[in-house]
Amino acid sequence: MEYYVGYIPFLVTFVAASAFGIVSLALASVLRPKFRPGPLRTVPYESGIGPSGVVGDTRGKHGVHFYMVAIVYVVFDLELAFLFPWAVIIGSLGLFGLIEMAVFIAILLVGYIYAWKKGAFDWGL
Amino acid sequence: MTELVIAVIFKSIIAFAVPLLVVPPLIWGERRLLGRIQSRLGPNRVGPFGAFQTLADAVKLLGKEDMIPAGADRALFILAPFLLLVPSFMAWSVVPVGTELHIFGRVIGLYATDLNVGVLYIVALTSVAVYGIVMAGWASNSKYALLGSLRSSAQMISYEIMLGIALVGVVVLAGSLSLPEIVRQQQVPFAIPLIIGAFVFVCAALAETNRAPFDLPEAETELVSGYHVEYSGWRFSFFFLSEYANMLLASFLVSAVFLGGGWPAQFLEPYIGHLFTTLLAVGIMMSKVFLFLFIYFWIRATLPRFRYDQMMNFCWKVLLPLGLLNLAVATVLKLTIYA
Repeated sequence: MEYYVGYIPFLVTFVAASAFGIVSLALASVLRPKFRPGPLRTVPYESGIGPSGVVGDTRGKHGVHFYMVAIVYVVFDLELAFLFPWAVIIGSLGLFGLIEMAVFIAILLVGYIYAWKKGAFDWGL
Repeated sequence: MTELVIAVIFKSIIAFAVPLLVVPPLIWGERRLLGRIQSRLGPNRVGPFGAFQTLADAVKLLGKEDMIPAGADRALFILAPFLLLVPSFMAWSVVPVGTELHIFGRVIGLYATDLNVGVLYIVALTSVAVYGIVMAGWASNSKYALLGSLRSSAQMISYEIMLGIALVGVVVLAGSLSLPEIVRQQQVPFAIPLIIGAFVFVCAALAETNRAPFDLPEAETELVSGYHVEYSGWRFSFFFLSEYANMLLASFLVSAVFLGGGWPAQFLEPYIGHLFTTLLAVGIMMSKVFLFLFIYFWIRATLPRFRYDQMMNFCWKVLLPLGLLNLAVATVLKLTIYA
C-alpha cells in the first residue's frame, strides 16, 4: 500500500489538469460570442491563396526526410531505454558494465555513421 | 495511512498549481525584459508596471470566438491542446523544490512524490507532447499548420534523444532516477564534472520547449505561427500555457539536476540549524530557476533563429557525439573518483 501512495500525484495532477482544461473551456463557451460560420470564415488560413486543393492537398505527400529522422529516432530512443537501467547500476557492475555498454554503443555507432554517410541528417540545402 | 494519503493529495494539488500561478507573472516578466533589451517599455498599462497584463490577455482570450476550420478533423482538433496541456502539468508531481524538511517531529518532503523512476517519468511525459503537436497540425487542415507540426515533431523527437542522453550521464553519477536523490548526491553540482552534458541539456531544453534560437515551428515570417495557426481563443491559450509551463519545468530540472538544487546551503547546516538551511536551500534553488529563466529570455532577445538544416545538423552531428562523450566521461568518473 505504501508503495502505491507515491503514484497518487499522477492521478491527482492528471484529473486536476484535465478538469482545468474542460472547466475553463466551458467557461469560455459561456462568455464568448457564438461563432457564426460562413463560407469564407472557416477557410483555413493560407495567406489568401485559397483553400486546400488549389496548391496541393494538405493531407497529401510530404518530404521523406521527416520519415528518416523518425527511423533514426527510434533506434536511439531504444538505446536510451537500455541506457537508463544500466546507468542506475553501473556503480556495482564496474569495469564489466563499462565494456559491455561500450560494445553496444560501438555497434550502434556503425549504424549512426552509415546513416550520416547516407545523408539522413542532410536536408539538401 | 489516511493522513499520508491526504498529505500526498495536498502536495500534488500544490504541484499542479505551481505552473498555473507562476506562468502569468513569467509571461509579463518576459515581455518587460524583452522590451527593456530592445529599448522600449513593454506592457505598462494594466496594473502597477503592467503586472496584470497577462490576466487581461487571458480574459480577452476567454471572450474570443472559437473557430474550427472547414475540413478539420474535429475530434483530433479538440483533443490536441489537451495532449499538450495535461502532460505539462503532470510532470510537476516529481519536481523537487528542495529535499526534506524535519519539523514538529515529522519529515516533510519538498516535492509531491519521490519516485524511483522520476527522471524516466519526465522523459516519458515530454514525448507525449509530440502527439499533441502532430494532431494539432494534421487536424487543422491548413498547410502552414501541417508544415509547422512536421518540422516541430521532427525537431522534438530529435532533441528528446539529446535530453535523454544528457540525463543518463547524471543518472550514472547519482546512481538513481529519483530527482530528490540526485539533488542529495551533489556534493559538487554535476554541471562541473558534466559540463558537456549540461551544455547538451540546455540546448535540448531550448529546442524541446520550441524557444529561440530553436523556435522554428513558430517561425512567424515563414509559417505564420506553426502548428497552432488555426487555433483561436481559449484553445490557443492551452498551447501558450503549456509552452511556458514546460519552460519553467526545464528551468527547475536544470537547477535540480545540474546546478545542485540548494547547493551549497547544506554545508551551513551545522552552523545555522536545519530549518534555516532548508529555507535557504529553497531560496537558492528558486534563484537558480529564475536565473535560468532570465537566460532563456536573454537568448530569445539576442540570438537569431537557426535555419532548419542547421538545427538538425547541430542536433545529430554535434550534440549526439557530445552527449555520448559526456556519457563516457560520467562512466569513467563513476568508476574512479565517484566510486
